[in-house]
Amino acid sequence: MAQQLQITAASPDPALLDLPWNIPLAEWPSQVLAALPRGLSRHVVRFVRLSGAVIAIKEIGESVAYGEYELLRKLGKLDVPSVVPLAVITGRRADDGEPLEAVLVTQHLQFSLPYRSLFSHIIGADTATRLIDALAVLLVRLHLIGFYWGDVSLSNTLFRRDAESFAAYLVDAETGALYPQLTDGQRNYDLDLARTNIIGELMDLEAGDVLDEGTDVIGIGDSLVERYNDLWAALTEEESFGADERWRVKERIHRVHRLGFDVDELAMTADAGGSLVRIQPKVVDAGYHSRRLSRLTGLEVQEHQARRLLSDLDHYRALEGRGDERESALAHDWLTEIFEPTIRAVPASQRGKLEPAQLFHEVLDHRWFLSQQQQRDVPTLEAAQSYLASVLPDRPQEQAVLGLSPEDAAHQE
Amino acid sequence: MASVTFENATRLYPGTERPAVDSLNLHINDGEFLVLVGPSGCGKSTSLRMLAGLEDVNSGRILIGDRDVTDVQPKDRDIAMVFQNYALYPHMSVAENMGFALKIAGVPKAEIRSRVEEAAKILDLTEYLDRKPKALSGGQRQRVAMGRAIVRQPQVFLMDEPLSNLDAKLRVSTRTQIASLQRRLGVTTVYVTHDQTEALTMGDRIAVLKDGVLQQVGTPREMYDTPVNVFVAGFIGSPAMNIGTYDVVDNTAHIGSATFVLPRTAADELAAEDSTKVTIGFRPEALDLTTESDPAGIPIDVNLVEELGSDAFVYGVIATAEKSESVVSRGAEVIVRVNPRSVPGKGTRIYVTIRPGQEHVFSPTTGLRLASA
Repeated sequence: MAQQLQITAASPDPALLDLPWNIPLAEWPSQVLAALPRGLSRHVVRFVRLSGAVIAIKEIGESVAYGEYELLRKLGKLDVPSVVPLAVITGRRADDGEPLEAVLVTQHLQFSLPYRSLFSHIIGADTATRLIDALAVLLVRLHLIGFYWGDVSLSNTLFRRDAESFAAYLVDAETGALYPQLTDGQRNYDLDLARTNIIGELMDLEAGDVLDEGTDVIGIGDSLVERYNDLWAALTEEESFGADERWRVKERIHRVHRLGFDVDELAMTADAGGSLVRIQPKVVDAGYHSRRLSRLTGLEVQEHQARRLLSDLDHYRALEGRGDERESALAHDWLTEIFEPTIRAVPASQRGKLEPAQLFHEVLDHRWFLSQQQQRDVPTLEAAQSYLASVLPDRPQEQAVLGLSPEDAAHQE
Repeated sequence: MASVTFENATRLYPGTERPAVDSLNLHINDGEFLVLVGPSGCGKSTSLRMLAGLEDVNSGRILIGDRDVTDVQPKDRDIAMVFQNYALYPHMSVAENMGFALKIAGVPKAEIRSRVEEAAKILDLTEYLDRKPKALSGGQRQRVAMGRAIVRQPQVFLMDEPLSNLDAKLRVSTRTQIASLQRRLGVTTVYVTHDQTEALTMGDRIAVLKDGVLQQVGTPREMYDTPVNVFVAGFIGSPAMNIGTYDVVDNTAHIGSATFVLPRTAADELAAEDSTKVTIGFRPEALDLTTESDPAGIPIDVNLVEELGSDAFVYGVIATAEKSESVVSRGAEVIVRVNPRSVPGKGTRIYVTIRPGQEHVFSPTTGLRLASA
């Protein structure tokens, strides 16, 4: 009996059936494709437009496909920044009856940027450092929930602008596994592999003349290890102090908040005499500021964007002289009077350039710049008009930065 | 290069009662290719990760050569996990792709080049060294990945189901390549798989695990010919060994209507156990066709014949199945390899005898192999 095409998905999109599953992915006609990935990958990957969105399709062994699908679903439920799996498709056959490999379908992460495109578009001296910071945060978050990645690299990560920094998302979980808790050996191995892979990827950019020769690529790789270890220590290390220094409990919690994490559980022990206190965070959760902003306004944005928006909320409170008012009422007014009108002012044709929260962040930067220039408090909406007229038109579309267009790829072959 | 020794090595996950790996004792010789095999959850990957330093060893120790590495960090163990990551860098030459980890480690340029050239020779990649990976075929790209591990000159290679994400065709050819490459390099290798065919075809020796406990370790031939218990007997070999538990009267087992005289030593051991039953295994290829008049002829009703050209397999049931109580999930189903030139028809009854000396006799209570004649 011939095996039939089988689609496993939480909510299958019938449009998936229209794709040419009887053709090996590498040979899909260019009119179906949105883009091809840059760089060499172990597996054939293609981007395709489907029902108004973009999906990524990867050809891969059946058991690995199911494994990765499940793992990505679990990561999503655990609130870890990662791509959303859509389906596993098995039982593919070519027209001559030859079986074809299974595929894993994931949603393309909107407004995400592969590291190669970041390096080829925005060559800023500190781009690498900001990417490394984002990757260190992601790796710490994954390790906190017991996820061993097994192949950490820049190319297995996507980056999204997050105010002045970046937020990193896991793209490839093929070699990963979830454990109740990671051993130090697993964490250190993952970190060492990350360092090696990142240096390798930067050496490749150097060889491709994208990165200046003479960039300290080993130094950048080492900085990941440093960042990771600092963050891990700040979030998990035990500290002890005299019983008369109890303020240090609060100070520790504030420190964790400043790093963008919440302390859900803190263990505190005192020795028999009660003169020495030990504290250690047991459960920490990322997204301290984004959750706070979401509670106040319903906006779902990334951590650094949330920080920026919250500080504008404080700015608004001061300007309006509403210091004593309940924060939720104030947040509601800020949302309807400041944030939403700013976003609505963007012409439809320009909306694919930046995420709303990122755009607002840029307007705030622009407001600061205008205020400095004109030596007065420029209102946000006025700054927005000026930003939309003078800055945004020159920005590239970033909603779907995918890789090579099918035409460019054909030229390269 | 070095030997690897597990000494009572145990891994107990926090919050569980049964160890994932229970007092593993295993010595892997210098240069040996050892395959850890078993069903999912048997502890094979955990054992490998303990050797890699990715899992804590809760008791016992692990040695590489004479060095106790139980508490040594993964990167300081002088091991290489092969095939874990093999993204190739498009702008770097094949040589640079193979040697970049040495460059990071600060190895002098001349030495990198000589190690890369040496590895390339073994991998048949010499003529591609100065090309970009784009110019390589899929198989060659995999060899570059292998080269990355080789140039580091580790004491031990570790491979955890490296073929699982390849398609069926590439899996078979890569299997052969890895095995022959390992023999040429002579680097001690520990390889994990759930596939007993992979284990039989690749390993110098095979270690079978179940529920965290090492069942048996030996050459493929030993595992096949003298499995120490019912589990190993059923796990090694494809199609699987026929295994059933039968009544014993006067040193004779009754398989359906057939009688099978037990080897003396086995019969003695059963008597010592005070057992009136015996578990007997016989491989599909250890059976000869006979006639109805033969008292040793086991009657089998043919359900299906699978013809593979070089072989043919009869799938049937022992005709008077009510006396047999099978220990395998297949029920009373029996597989018989027959001459593909004369296959019995579906629905017919055939009679088979176990070739002398090719029976496997196990205790029905412990499942352990009984000394055979």
